Amino acid sequence: MLEHYLFLSAALFTLGVVGVMIRRNLIVVLMCLEMMLNAVNLSFIAFARYLGSVEGQIIVLFTMVVAACEVAVGLAIAVAVFRSRGTINVNDVNLLKW
Amino acid sequence: MDLAIPVILVIVKVLLVIFVVLTFVAYTTLLERRVLGWFQVRLGPNRVGPWGLLQPLADGAKLLLKEEVTVTAANRWIYLVAPLIVVTCALTPFAVIPFAKDLYLDRIFDQAASKFVLNTGVISDLNVGILFVFAVSSLGTYGVLLGGWSSNNKYSLLGGVRAGAQMISYELALSLSVIGVLLLAGTLSLTQIVEAQDSVWKWYVFRQPLGFILFLIAGSAEIGRTPFDLVECENELVAGYQTEYSAMKFGLFYLGEYAHLLFLSALMTTLYFGGWQGPFFPPIVWFLIKTFFFAFVFIWIRATYPRLRYDRVMAFGWKVLLPVGLFNVMVTAFVYTLWLQYRG
Amino acid sequence: MEQIFFYILGAITLVSAFLVVSLRRPIQNVLFMILMMVGLAGLFILLHAEFVAMVQLVVYAGAIMVLFLFVIMLLNLDQLKMPPPEGSHVRWWAGAVIAFAVMGLIWLAFKMYLAPEVPPVEQAGASNTVVVGKALFTTYLLPFEIASVLLLAAIVGSVLLARSRS
Repeated sequence: MLEHYLFLSAALFTLGVVGVMIRRNLIVVLMCLEMMLNAVNLSFIAFARYLGSVEGQIIVLFTMVVAACEVAVGLAIAVAVFRSRGTINVNDVNLLKW
Repeated sequence: MDLAIPVILVIVKVLLVIFVVLTFVAYTTLLERRVLGWFQVRLGPNRVGPWGLLQPLADGAKLLLKEEVTVTAANRWIYLVAPLIVVTCALTPFAVIPFAKDLYLDRIFDQAASKFVLNTGVISDLNVGILFVFAVSSLGTYGVLLGGWSSNNKYSLLGGVRAGAQMISYELALSLSVIGVLLLAGTLSLTQIVEAQDSVWKWYVFRQPLGFILFLIAGSAEIGRTPFDLVECENELVAGYQTEYSAMKFGLFYLGEYAHLLFLSALMTTLYFGGWQGPFFPPIVWFLIKTFFFAFVFIWIRATYPRLRYDRVMAFGWKVLLPVGLFNVMVTAFVYTLWLQYRG
Repeated sequence: MEQIFFYILGAITLVSAFLVVSLRRPIQNVLFMILMMVGLAGLFILLHAEFVAMVQLVVYAGAIMVLFLFVIMLLNLDQLKMPPPEGSHVRWWAGAVIAFAVMGLIWLAFKMYLAPEVPPVEQAGASNTVVVGKALFTTYLLPFEIASVLLLAAIVGSVLLARSRS
């Protein structure tokens, strides 16, 4: 059963990676990042259950805190970018690209 | 067979609770209109049936038979799903409210009843009950937000965004106000919280007076009742997020609103007023008396206070309720720890 | 029983995750993201982590996704024209190839290193909330405090970033 959970988590993570790579909308990219974090959370919880330790759940709580911070700052950046450039297409925000 | 009977009984129990809750919701609308009528020295609805008792049925029939209008410019799917989200999230939390001690199943089934875990006055005694309540009600925000957004109407959008911001802000104060009770009870299960309040002096309203007041204020803001009803204030936003809804879709929003009202009253009874505990009468009677008393209090507040201004509401939530809630948690934890030390 | 629920919840989670990646309108992405969070919360309950499941619903589905929804509504992103950038087909195919490669690698790793059947370890006695709470406020107290400082920094940072310049 553990294998099933881990495989589901891997599939979710992969979907998140693919999303970050192929989507150009900054907000959707942020969402795919969240998806990757969630996938990792799932495998942590699964390990916590199958190893009988509570650490996995604790670390998930901390991941959620970090994810909340990341989203708050990320969305603030998205809003700032939209204000100054009128777009949130990641391809159009390339001033720093060498 | 051994598996089938409990499953069937659970389904029967769930359906029974839903049916009873829906009936009470319908009659809460009548109660609100009659009581508001008395407060304003007029009659209120009294034409349909004796004392207007058939009025909710007439209203229901009217809402069902009206023409369904779907706005052309609306985002069709989201527009249709929004009322469903609201109703689901308003009815689901009733699953963890303990409405009685047990169901007297042992009188019907004798020995057989003890085999099922069913003989409790609650659909599901989750050990994270109160968190479940907050989780589901935080999902309810989406119904309002999406309903307002998908109608493609300025007033609806404003109402929806207001509702979303207000519900999120006050949910924080609401959870903070409950933490005091959770600290004292030492559990998240609503059944155990009720069982801890087995005499009047143990009711948490006496041990958490500040928490109770916070809960009352934050709760009435959370469900968008006057004086915090600028979510749908009729005279600036027409009806807020429900402007473009008609017939049964509007009926569902309406249902969700009153189910929220009833649920908040039931939760207040459970957390602060001993739930079904009480002398003489059977538990379910006490539970209903207390719940409807708080429903009455909410209607009373509506008849008494005017509506606040939006920026004031947000400022009040963040700058007053939140610090006071934190203060309450700190004082409770401090005093409780000292008391535990003193007691040995 | 657990298997049946696992497959139902897993299917919900995976399908909605796929729709998040593939649908074009941001508002639909957000909705399916919420569905994915709910599915994951169900899986957490299946794994006997009730407390984390509820926190997942409250924090992720109830707060973080509302933030996304707010930004999309306020910036009116749904009406915004996102022209399909050139080479988007190439990107889709690249995505599919990457996905299969990563999944294949993970599958290989499972086959090579994972013991096939590990039985779950039942935690004795106290409810999940008590266990998590005790660990959080004793062993992991310092990380907990640091997390709160991190949150404060994020609040200040996002307010500074999103405030208008006038």
